[in-house]
Amino acid sequence: MSAVTAEHEHDEHHDHGPEKGLLRWIITTNHKDIGTLYLLFALAMFFVGGAMALVIRAELFEPGMQFVSPQFFNSMTTMHALVMVFGAVMPAFVGFANWQIPLMIGAPDMALPRMNNMSFWMLVGGILLLASTLFMEGGAPASGWTLYPPLVLQTGAALPFAIFAVHMLGISSIMGAINIIATIFNMRAPKMTLMKMPLFVWTWLITAFLLIAIMPVFAGAVTMLLTDRFFDTSFFNAAGGGDPVLYQHIFWFFGHPEVYVMILPTFGVASTIIPVFARKPLFGYSSMVYATAAIAFLSFIVWAHHMFTVGMPIAGELYFMYATMLIAIPTGVKIFNWTATMWQGSMTFETPMLFSIAFVVLFTLGGFTGLMMALAPVDFQYHDTYFIVAHFHYTLVPASIFILMAGGYFWLPKWTGNMYDEKLAKFHFWLSAISVNILFFPQHFLGLAGMPRRIPDYAVQFADWNMVSSIGAFIFGFSQLLFLYIVIKTIKGGTGEKVSDEVWEDAHKHGLEWTLPSPVPYHTFATPPEKIPTEHF
Amino acid sequence: MKTKQLFASLLLMAYGLGTAQADYTLNLMEGVTSISKDVYGLHMLVLWVCVFIGIVVFGAMFYSIYFHRKSRGYQASNFHESTKVEILWTIIPTVILILLAIPATKVMLEMDDVQDSEMTIKVTGWQWKWEYEYLDSGIRFFSSLDEASNKARQLNSGIDPRTVPNYLLNVDKPLVVPINTKIRFLFTAADVIHSWWVPDLGWKKDTIPGFINEAWTSVEKAGTYRGQCTELCGKDHGFMPIVVIAMEKADYAAWVAEQKSAAVEAASAAEKDWTQEDLIAQGEKVYANNCASCHMADGAGIAGTFPAVSNSPVVLGDMNAQVELMLNGKGMMPAFGQMLDPVDFAAVATFIRNGLGNAVGDSIQPAAIKSLQAAIPEVVYDDDDE
Repeated sequence: MSAVTAEHEHDEHHDHGPEKGLLRWIITTNHKDIGTLYLLFALAMFFVGGAMALVIRAELFEPGMQFVSPQFFNSMTTMHALVMVFGAVMPAFVGFANWQIPLMIGAPDMALPRMNNMSFWMLVGGILLLASTLFMEGGAPASGWTLYPPLVLQTGAALPFAIFAVHMLGISSIMGAINIIATIFNMRAPKMTLMKMPLFVWTWLITAFLLIAIMPVFAGAVTMLLTDRFFDTSFFNAAGGGDPVLYQHIFWFFGHPEVYVMILPTFGVASTIIPVFARKPLFGYSSMVYATAAIAFLSFIVWAHHMFTVGMPIAGELYFMYATMLIAIPTGVKIFNWTATMWQGSMTFETPMLFSIAFVVLFTLGGFTGLMMALAPVDFQYHDTYFIVAHFHYTLVPASIFILMAGGYFWLPKWTGNMYDEKLAKFHFWLSAISVNILFFPQHFLGLAGMPRRIPDYAVQFADWNMVSSIGAFIFGFSQLLFLYIVIKTIKGGTGEKVSDEVWEDAHKHGLEWTLPSPVPYHTFATPPEKIPTEHF
Repeated sequence: MKTKQLFASLLLMAYGLGTAQADYTLNLMEGVTSISKDVYGLHMLVLWVCVFIGIVVFGAMFYSIYFHRKSRGYQASNFHESTKVEILWTIIPTVILILLAIPATKVMLEMDDVQDSEMTIKVTGWQWKWEYEYLDSGIRFFSSLDEASNKARQLNSGIDPRTVPNYLLNVDKPLVVPINTKIRFLFTAADVIHSWWVPDLGWKKDTIPGFINEAWTSVEKAGTYRGQCTELCGKDHGFMPIVVIAMEKADYAAWVAEQKSAAVEAASAAEKDWTQEDLIAQGEKVYANNCASCHMADGAGIAGTFPAVSNSPVVLGDMNAQVELMLNGKGMMPAFGQMLDPVDFAAVATFIRNGLGNAVGDSIQPAAIKSLQAAIPEVVYDDDDE
């Protein structure tokens, strides 16, 4: 570590600012620029994926087919999920990681800056390739984001392109993960021991290991689809001695940790924000770290709870039921810890805190339904209905997405030096928090009442709640334009008031980033900081 | 009109949805089997456990949000650790989970026990219909979306789904079962994965090509129970409902006898000579039910996915090649040799050569189809799933 430090002290002498013009963004190796690129790209994809969701909700507004063909509807559900998962939520957290990890651990940049640039542009290429399938003969993939064979093999010209897009996204994620691990292990300030790292850094460290473990598995699964389709192999073709269920096992061995890839950094940001506004240290720092690690470990041994109805032997059903129920324990510890952090704090409710509290409450609701569907015999009823749709949207939208908003409001003043419009931001929060429940809560009722997921039209007894849900969707969707407006306004100067270095009251006790000037200079921590804050653990 | 409906639906919500749709429900249905009732009990148990935990956790959180705020002048404490508390809130959830796992395991074991079943029905999923085969009595038929729903569900059909009885939940030929009889179901699929779900029976099971899954039921109450396919299986996934009619045992026996005599009649219809006119008339109906969802009602197909039938070189060419293709399928085209009886098969083969803009002029007799079908080897599945 001392060698690295010496080198950077040396670098200080020819410190320079960013390139001029557009080229700055294309060739940049600066972690802040790349973080910004990731975040803006994710925001754009959030609107693309959101528009697809609104196509779905428009068609489901009323019974009967009004706007799109069933095939296109299926393409929309598939592409909505792929774009949101791989284009919006994951890149947004990588954006936070790029911006924040070096600032939080006192490093001058990411460990592998050139690879950092490459992983961003691979992501853009992968998503563009994926989006291009919408215009191909036979349409975009329409088999759900899980890409189950044999159905996915009926995809038209789009199949090889979608598979190659998945490969590119996977390579991009793996490079990003390697970079994060290398940075955290090698570039921490001397006094920043592992158990003194902010929880956001911890959760990303664990997430990065998950990514490295699972992305090759997914790449392998889709490559087997490719050879089944084009090279006459029979991995998943029963007529050739293969097994369609094998794909589901491989997919969910990737897929279950993948959902934690989206939720662990969420936990990290929430654990960073709540103590600042409760004016108290995070409760149970070390138990938070252990709980995160426990959740990550469990995520690898519960995958088949996504496939209770495929006809597993009874021993398999019972094992996956018990293992899945165990997840409730570390997740519960986290929720209790956040509650205890708020307990006897001196709380204020700026927008980042509002989004974080909404996250804790609504994520807990998603956790409850998760516990319900862990019980295999009851899941025989819930499986593949709108109850599931409600469950995972509760764990993703008012959880991951809300925390992304919270983090945006929390760090944007630090990054830009400008304060966002608090009044407008609170309005954005309340619109989002109310409409997201109008959107997703009725879907619990629909699922329990018997409405399957991924259907473009439904029996008339489901009409009322679908209409309510669609109304919620449109309010929620259009409310996010307000977020876009607030972000642009803040970047362009915000309220005009210049923020202090610590931005939030006593924030310097909670993280190294708040000891830097606002806006954060283009190059930071050329020499590692001597002192580190101790308030967050 | 939409605003009116919107307004009406908001009003309905205000007055409670129960009155709006008699068969509407906000919760899981209890169902009509002992298993479905156990599942419902388990669902309610875990729901109440969640509600209770929610009240405690959210109660503490909202108490704190209300009282421990800076605007009330509350001074922050500085505690941030307590091993005792941490152990406590690890152990309590563990105990709750164990208490939930015990009844769940019981129900799971009960569901899995297909022993001593009195009859067996094999269910095969097809894109996009169900095939039912009563292994004990030899009855076999296909069941697909009823005509009224099928018309109304077309894009911009102009038909209000509310005027269609049991819209999207009705079939041309329902599955009929006797009550109070332990029925074993075997599930498989012909093309892609489907999933067979009737909520009142308390479970769903995937139907997977090349594999056999098992489940059982014993319906306690006569009635009509509806469900749907629950595994995405292509464009018409939303349009392959399931209807189960559970009958008193005597009524069921009468139904079986009726089916058997109908099968004899159908066999003799396949022997007689049909005029081209009759074949085309019959074929038009068969086309609408079996072919139109992919090749479209006018035979134009969907460019890039489903080939056109109108002016298709296959249809305009040698009839034997066309019949071959229809019998055995190709790619996404299912093998209709196992799906249609000789009369319907000959009728639709003749219809597409002489309708939908084609005018080849020839026809084929059911008897000829029958001998071709006899040559198709029976599919034998390995029951190696157990």
